[in-house]
Amino acid sequence: MSAVSLTVNGKAVTADIDPRTLLVQYLRENLRLTGTHVGCDTSQCGACVVHLDGEAIKACTVLAVQCDGRSVTTIEGLASGGELHPMQAAFREHHGLQCGYCTPGMIMTAVDLVRRKGNSLDEHTIRDELEGNICRCTGYHNIVKAIAAGAENMAAEPQKVAAE
Amino acid sequence: MYAFAYHQPTSLKEAVSLLAGEDAKLVAGGHTLIPTMKQRLAAPGTLIDLGKVPDLVGIERSPRSITIGAMTTHGAVADSADVKEAIPALAELAALIGDPAVRHRGTIGGSVANNDPAADYPAACLALGATISTNKRKLTAEEYFTGLFETALEEGEIVTGVSFPIPHKAAYEKFRNPASRYALVGVFVAKRPSDIRVTVTGAGSNGVFRWTEAEEALAKRFSAKSLEGMSPSASGLNSDIHADADYRAHLIGVMARRAVQKAADR
Repeated sequence: MSAVSLTVNGKAVTADIDPRTLLVQYLRENLRLTGTHVGCDTSQCGACVVHLDGEAIKACTVLAVQCDGRSVTTIEGLASGGELHPMQAAFREHHGLQCGYCTPGMIMTAVDLVRRKGNSLDEHTIRDELEGNICRCTGYHNIVKAIAAGAENMAAEPQKVAAE
Repeated sequence: MYAFAYHQPTSLKEAVSLLAGEDAKLVAGGHTLIPTMKQRLAAPGTLIDLGKVPDLVGIERSPRSITIGAMTTHGAVADSADVKEAIPALAELAALIGDPAVRHRGTIGGSVANNDPAADYPAACLALGATISTNKRKLTAEEYFTGLFETALEEGEIVTGVSFPIPHKAAYEKFRNPASRYALVGVFVAKRPSDIRVTVTGAGSNGVFRWTEAEEALAKRFSAKSLEGMSPSASGLNSDIHADADYRAHLIGVMARRAVQKAADR
């Protein structure tokens, strides 16, 4: 067993876990944060994307122990005070989902994309950046629209970005 | 995944001494090793995580070279203003690895230590004449890459960084496998102060290699036209469900011409 201490959605957590535990397993099974999904489990589909120190990563391909001393944000950590994050709101507004399985990963990837590339995103950039997120309903059209709108809304509400 | 003991050393010295243990393996970004362990194709008894070893992350620019710490991620290389300015081809190569989330974890040290025959960095290292630094010595790319998943690294040796001399011009063109995003064929062309190099990844059954015929043709005139109609022999190239050797040979010619064109336009 290995001791691990990290911050998840702003709260400090400590655990003594088998080093084999994947970050996604730790989040879902130990912390019961089941918003982060497991899709392919081979770092292809992006359903498990969370932020590690603010950067999008695939939680199925990172050991929880590797995150010791670091900060993780999951989809549960995006909304503040019962109000959806602008990117979440944009996905609802533009119906950026069909079955919804890929949605948490899509949103976490989208928020990271805005951090890296700014609030004004063209369709080509968004599609290119979604390389590592697969929607098996193939509902990309509205996802792309939602991300473009969510990115702009994040500029309008900077305090939400800061809250993350 | 089979069980293993896990260590997170906080110095290179500590990492080296842990590595002397039986059945120990290093993990950098873990984007090859962890999937391999999940499939039970690798089962190290001890995993030594380099994540907390200081001084392995960072990009340094000197007048003649760019030096990248082993634990620097592909994302950091792709976004580095220094790399983009000094060797834009290298930043572009890093931006073509995997996807954004993968690039936030995968590292240059992990990539060159693994020497996957379809990885991108080996092509850049060999074309630019990079030096691979370890805790023990410095190796030229020619000495370092020795075969399929094989390198000159000895027991207890840890890659600490890679130094790339700044070329006059360079470009990388990659034909990606659309599913894995690995190179089906990747060609790196570098016009260096001393010579011109054309290297190929993804295709050789022995890993990355130099396409010397193309180098000779480009030495006469650095133009895509110099490579017109040329492709290397298909013998020694990989054949698999994605592409046979003849197709890979053809792609090498096409990618090389595109890379030369791109470099010449810089």
